Amino acid sequence: MTPKKADRLATGILYGIAGIIVVILASLLLYILAQGLPHVSFKFLTTPSKSFQAGGGIGIQLFNSFYLLFITMLVSIPISLGAGIYLSEYAPNNWVTGLIRTAIEILSSLPSVVVGLFGFLLFVVKAQLGFSIISGALALTFFNLPLLTRNVEESLKAVHFTQREAGLALGLSRWETVTHVIIPEALPGILTGVILGAGRIFGEAAALIYTAGQSAPALDFTNWNPLSISSPLNIFRQAETLAVHIWKINSEGNMPDGPTVSAGASAVLILAVLLFNFLARFLGKRIHKKMTSA
Amino acid sequence: MKKHFHLIFIGVTLLLLTGCKVDRGESINAVGSSAMQPLVEAGGEQYSSQHTGKFINVQGGGSGTGLSQVQAGAVEIGNSDLFAEEKQGIKAKELVDHKVAVVGTVPIANKEVGLDNISMSDLKKVFQGEITNWKDIGGKDLPIVLINRASGSGSRYTFEQWVLDGEESKQSQEQESTGMVRQIVSTTPGAVSYVAFSYVTEEVQPLKIDQIAPTEDNVKQNKWPIWSYEHMYTKGEPKGLTKEFLDYMLSEDVQANIVPQLGYIAVSEMEVERDAHGNLIK
Amino acid sequence: MEHIRESLIKKSKKAKLEQIGKFVSFLCITLIVLVVVAIFYFVASKGLATFFDNGVHLKDFLFGKVWNPSSVDKQGKPLVGALPMIMGSLLVTFLSAIVATPFAIGAAIFMTEISPKLGTKILQPVIELLVGIPSVVYGFIGLSVVVPAVRNVFGGSGFGILSGTFVLFVMILPTVTSMTVDALKSVPRHYREASLALGATRWQTIYKVVLRAATPGIMTAVVFGMSRAFGEALAIQMVIGNAALMPHSLTSPAATLTSILTMGIGNTIMGTLENNVLWSLALILLTMSLLFNILIRWIGKKGEMK
Repeated sequence: MTPKKADRLATGILYGIAGIIVVILASLLLYILAQGLPHVSFKFLTTPSKSFQAGGGIGIQLFNSFYLLFITMLVSIPISLGAGIYLSEYAPNNWVTGLIRTAIEILSSLPSVVVGLFGFLLFVVKAQLGFSIISGALALTFFNLPLLTRNVEESLKAVHFTQREAGLALGLSRWETVTHVIIPEALPGILTGVILGAGRIFGEAAALIYTAGQSAPALDFTNWNPLSISSPLNIFRQAETLAVHIWKINSEGNMPDGPTVSAGASAVLILAVLLFNFLARFLGKRIHKKMTSA
Repeated sequence: MKKHFHLIFIGVTLLLLTGCKVDRGESINAVGSSAMQPLVEAGGEQYSSQHTGKFINVQGGGSGTGLSQVQAGAVEIGNSDLFAEEKQGIKAKELVDHKVAVVGTVPIANKEVGLDNISMSDLKKVFQGEITNWKDIGGKDLPIVLINRASGSGSRYTFEQWVLDGEESKQSQEQESTGMVRQIVSTTPGAVSYVAFSYVTEEVQPLKIDQIAPTEDNVKQNKWPIWSYEHMYTKGEPKGLTKEFLDYMLSEDVQANIVPQLGYIAVSEMEVERDAHGNLIK
Repeated sequence: MEHIRESLIKKSKKAKLEQIGKFVSFLCITLIVLVVVAIFYFVASKGLATFFDNGVHLKDFLFGKVWNPSSVDKQGKPLVGALPMIMGSLLVTFLSAIVATPFAIGAAIFMTEISPKLGTKILQPVIELLVGIPSVVYGFIGLSVVVPAVRNVFGGSGFGILSGTFVLFVMILPTVTSMTVDALKSVPRHYREASLALGATRWQTIYKVVLRAATPGIMTAVVFGMSRAFGEALAIQMVIGNAALMPHSLTSPAATLTSILTMGIGNTIMGTLENNVLWSLALILLTMSLLFNILIRWIGKKGEMK
């Protein structure tokens, strides 16, 4: 075979591979959406679920998913920002830093079941937080931290060193350089990472089964006092999320329309993740434009 | 930027601090068997709606989790498909048993196998791997695919106790939950497993045993031997809300409505009673 | 004078702020490390109890072929052989990595060398989306699509290592691909230019120059994907069949460490052998992810020296 022919053949194969991957995803998405979307209606999205009768919705689970996501981000963003800053700006290049990095990598490859059970024993039982949003959020933070930290570190490192030198030359301290120069510059990258992480959290089930719980008690959406137990804002109430709901319906569900509810919920879940993705791209581009033109 | 971090930090700390002072209303936790979860949840929801400000938190996690957590005092009620005496590592004497319902278990097969009845001895041989094709017991020429529940689960224990005389079944596929078992049996040719009565649907073929149908009446008279109690355990005698809720679960309100609606049998309607070792005591 | 002296001796506001900032960020990293240490301690203390409290020999655990923790063999030793699950986990991990690697490398080359435009417009978002699909959903698609397909084509019940491989392949593909893209992108542009200038075709350049230069990065990507596959639980549990038997063919039901762990944990009593031995499985999982990480670092170091 002549090199020219080999080149053409290889190009053809590579196009083929790229095509196959797109086809796999497209068929996955179409399958989920085609199965689920016909069951999704405004009523389905807003009514509470039913444990053994037909006609339940996913309203409370949907709210729980978003609220849990919010609380998790509230806890994990500051910590991972700090950790990322340390790793990219302050950490000396020695074995301790190597060890820290390994620890973070391990945290990110932990099976979610193990994290869930750890959260169960530590938060639910030992700390007596019970099955609650806060227990779930803390367990999810474990997942989120390594991803976010790595993302923050990489985004910060991607900022050119001349920016740092410029900051320092102006008499700013290292910390000031980071907060006033580097972070704004790295913001689009950080934000994209945060939103992609949000997508992952949104779909997590295994870690929540034993921490945030598997039941969604009725909520009073007129009660916005975060200390009242029936308020949606209370972080000490148990909260089944959408992903956990799908898992539960398929494992022990006993409702007559279980398969349709699960298909509908899966479709909603996928749509939410899609939304996060588009949001990440859109915001990333937008902020980048603003920052660079300004 | 920095100011924002501080604000976030302060916000989180405040949230955590105020959180500690929250009066959680009056609430108890019932944790354990995921098979019982719909029943207890339905009872709890109705109870809460009748008694404002009192909450019953119901969680799954498995009978083992329920029993160990109630024994450790971490939760008020432990739901279990098994007698505490049947679980190793549980001090059954410290726990008080409240039997809230009876559940029957029925063998189910894929619709293609061409059988609706099986003898008890054949059923035993099927699950011990001595019979491997449905044609040997009058069905179609299809290899038998055994699907077991997770070892240690209540359904598995009940099934092995009453069908296999306490012996263990052949090592085979295991599934954690009833829903998965039903789905797999309905789609896999030649598959056989067992589920609670309430999970039998059109998609699978329930098997009669020695021509006795799996009906509630047959369970009540003990003609259908594969049944077990659903237990709610407390550590010591229940007090306060725990006692009120357990009384409610045993009241006519629940026993005559929710229990049969969910496919369970009320304990009071049983004509027989069993102890922890499976002996009839009535 | 006094004033200047003081300002020289005392730390300036800025220096203080700098210290506080450094301290706070250091605190954050310490917190993360503490969490890891706590999880390790927690899993190890429970997992090692099998050997210290229950007196199981490590050899019986790692190489025993019979898994039935609630009963004992003829000599009265508990049947806690984890080899079937270890084999199952390793097999699905390696097989899915073997299937995923060519696809990932192909897609990555496509995105960086052949058609960066189509790559960033279509392939990149597609791959990021694949990461976002929850594992529960993967599991149900596996159960309703992959398992019947495998049953129809290869016979058997459809549950087994082959189905698990297919599901894991799709799940790790995005991770491996995007890391491979990074590896290819980090190959300096002048390598390619030099090769093309010598008269090499595009494929020759890719094959003989770019891929060679990016090998350590690609290997890191594959190992990283493998560590993901090794720890996956919910999806694999639905398609592998969960039979704790030595896998004797790709289509017979098998089990992985994660599937047995998730299934059993709710049905066992804490502090008993049945429960401890499950934590020993979790300990194997942890040790493996440690090994994978060491491997990644080692590959990274080797790549650097070149």
